[in-house]
Amino acid sequence: MNAPRTMLDKLWASHEVLRREDGVSLLWVDRHLVHEGSHHAFAKLSERGLPVAEPGLTFAVVDHYAPTRNRERIADPKIARMIETLRNNASRHKLRIFDLNDPAQGIVHVIGPELGLTLPGLLINCGDSHTSTHGAFGALAFGIGATEVAHVLATQTVWQRKPKAMRIVVDGNLGFGVTAKDIALNWIARLGAGGAQGHAVEYTGQTIRDLSMEGRMTLCNLSIEGGARFGMVAPDEVTYAYLEGRDYAPSGAVLEGARRAWQGLVTDEGAGFDREVTLSAAEIAPTVTWGTSPEQALPISAKVPSPELADPAKSSSVRDALEYMGLAPGQPLDGISVDQVFIGSCTNGRIEDLREAALVLSGRRAIVPGLVAPGSARVKKQAEEEGLDRIFRDAGLEWAASGCSMCVGMNGDVVAEGKRCASSTNRNFRGRQGRGARTHLMSPAMVAAAAVTGKITDVRPLLQGRAA
Amino acid sequence: MTGWSTHKGSALALAVDNIDTDQLIPARFMSVPRSEGYGRYLLHDMRRDDDEQLSAEFPLNRHEGVSILVAGHNFGSGSSREAAVYALVDAGIRAVIATSFGDIFATNAINNGLLPARVNAEKVTQLQQAVSDVPGELSIDLTENRLTLGEITATFELDEGWRLKLINGWDDIDLTQQHYHSISAHRDKRTKTTPWAWPTKPD
Ligand code: SF4
Repeated sequence: MNAPRTMLDKLWASHEVLRREDGVSLLWVDRHLVHEGSHHAFAKLSERGLPVAEPGLTFAVVDHYAPTRNRERIADPKIARMIETLRNNASRHKLRIFDLNDPAQGIVHVIGPELGLTLPGLLINCGDSHTSTHGAFGALAFGIGATEVAHVLATQTVWQRKPKAMRIVVDGNLGFGVTAKDIALNWIARLGAGGAQGHAVEYTGQTIRDLSMEGRMTLCNLSIEGGARFGMVAPDEVTYAYLEGRDYAPSGAVLEGARRAWQGLVTDEGAGFDREVTLSAAEIAPTVTWGTSPEQALPISAKVPSPELADPAKSSSVRDALEYMGLAPGQPLDGISVDQVFIGSCTNGRIEDLREAALVLSGRRAIVPGLVAPGSARVKKQAEEEGLDRIFRDAGLEWAASGCSMCVGMNGDVVAEGKRCASSTNRNFRGRQGRGARTHLMSPAMVAAAAVTGKITDVRPLLQGRAA
Repeated sequence: MTGWSTHKGSALALAVDNIDTDQLIPARFMSVPRSEGYGRYLLHDMRRDDDEQLSAEFPLNRHEGVSILVAGHNFGSGSSREAAVYALVDAGIRAVIATSFGDIFATNAINNGLLPARVNAEKVTQLQQAVSDVPGELSIDLTENRLTLGEITATFELDEGWRLKLINGWDDIDLTQQHYHSISAHRDKRTKTTPWAWPTKPD
């Protein structure tokens, strides 16, 4: 009898080329996604005069620096150069590139799944920490640095020590107006931003089963904010339905074989985890961050914490965060005025996210300015077909082209110094959205609510009579 | 990359928790080619005022030649940007001491010869106090996983594979190329057993 194995064990075994004496494995990489930021890695490859080992498994995407307006004439020469460099590298190495005007362009972690490049059972690497997103399909997906990107380009493999296995079980029904984003912010707040370091997280439980693929992606995406490099969900009927007819996904007899393999990917009954955490969905409320780390998150009904009352080990970070954020201890989160809003990113820039935000905004006006940057050109098209763009525009928000945009500000979409932004993104780090910018992370529906009221606010009353 | 086993250098505290990669190097500097050097962008927004001047209150700005930072908890969390490590290395930093590190940051550090030394919280606090304002001479011995600063001695934790890599200055691409045959055997087997793992070509 074979010992029961976790999904991690199974995925690891099928990709392990060899294991060194010190326990580090050499893993085969099924998909390698590169973007403008991969320029250091391509430079390393050129220094050695090496070719890309598997151009057919390597895909290039313009996203981090993609302008969200006036794409035809890129004003900033640095941005133009970054995009041009990726084009040159893609053409030199004969890589399929999803360029600015490609109808399938978008944020790497949005288009991978959308195109069916992301599949259960694969190992997916990208020089971006939110690569954990793809784990939502039951894949081994993790972000790597430039030296590792160069290594994957040159060898189609990656050295990695197997992480410990951690299981986060979420059971029960999510409350009205509560989303996958709130589940993620909750566990990160509870365990800390480094709480899952060295672990691969598998999410299970009825609440996870009930999530759409979009929700699962949001959850896996944010795993890295809790320190986990991997987040994953076992594939099931929801996964298979999502994959049907996707451009690069298998079909016919190959798909049948794939389905058989995918069904076996689940964690066996009785398999052991190094760590297990249980959450009750019913206890999760719409959640927002108040500080400069994703762990500094609280339910919307809470008050800004006081450094004196915090865990002594954390009191100085609480004090620093409050100073940077311009908040006072004891101030209710509900009611904090914002200057602007942003809806987008690989965390919450998918069609379902836009629908949720539009549900709140429909027939209402935003009283602060805001930007909506869909996660991909296809999401944009779909949203336009559904009339969501009209809702955003009629509310007074700007409807832009797809890309990372204000998630990281590399394309010039930044929040000005001292300004406060309600954002559907993933990082509230100091300066993440621009020098001195103050970011509050929350679900897209909560961002929409902040747009309507000009304040951080509980979305639930605004959803009354609107949501299913 | 050249390997190293011991380092003696000037250590200074950077007693802040959760220094993330966006603080280590803000995104707007990441389009610069490495050959131009990343040292001046290290902790840019923390160290410089709005006019780009180094602020005098920041200890790291008051001392030259610091090669070891004694940081806090969860250093280098956040993004995979290796530029965060380039900024440290190009500014002359050889080792960072902290209670914990972001996973990808630590891997990137090793790949650039920078030591991410994990030390327990009590020792980190002692070390921070000893060099909070004025740097002190700290020596690191990779062969024994030990560091010494005056009276304080501490052992640090480091993945065994990483330790060897730092000491020998190994380059992963060179190492992996020796395994060429195993890789192509794996590939062949996978093509046969797992044909669905190759993308279909829609275009
Ligand atoms: S949207 Fe943000 S987190 Fe996602 S890939 Fe782009 S920069 Fe990274």
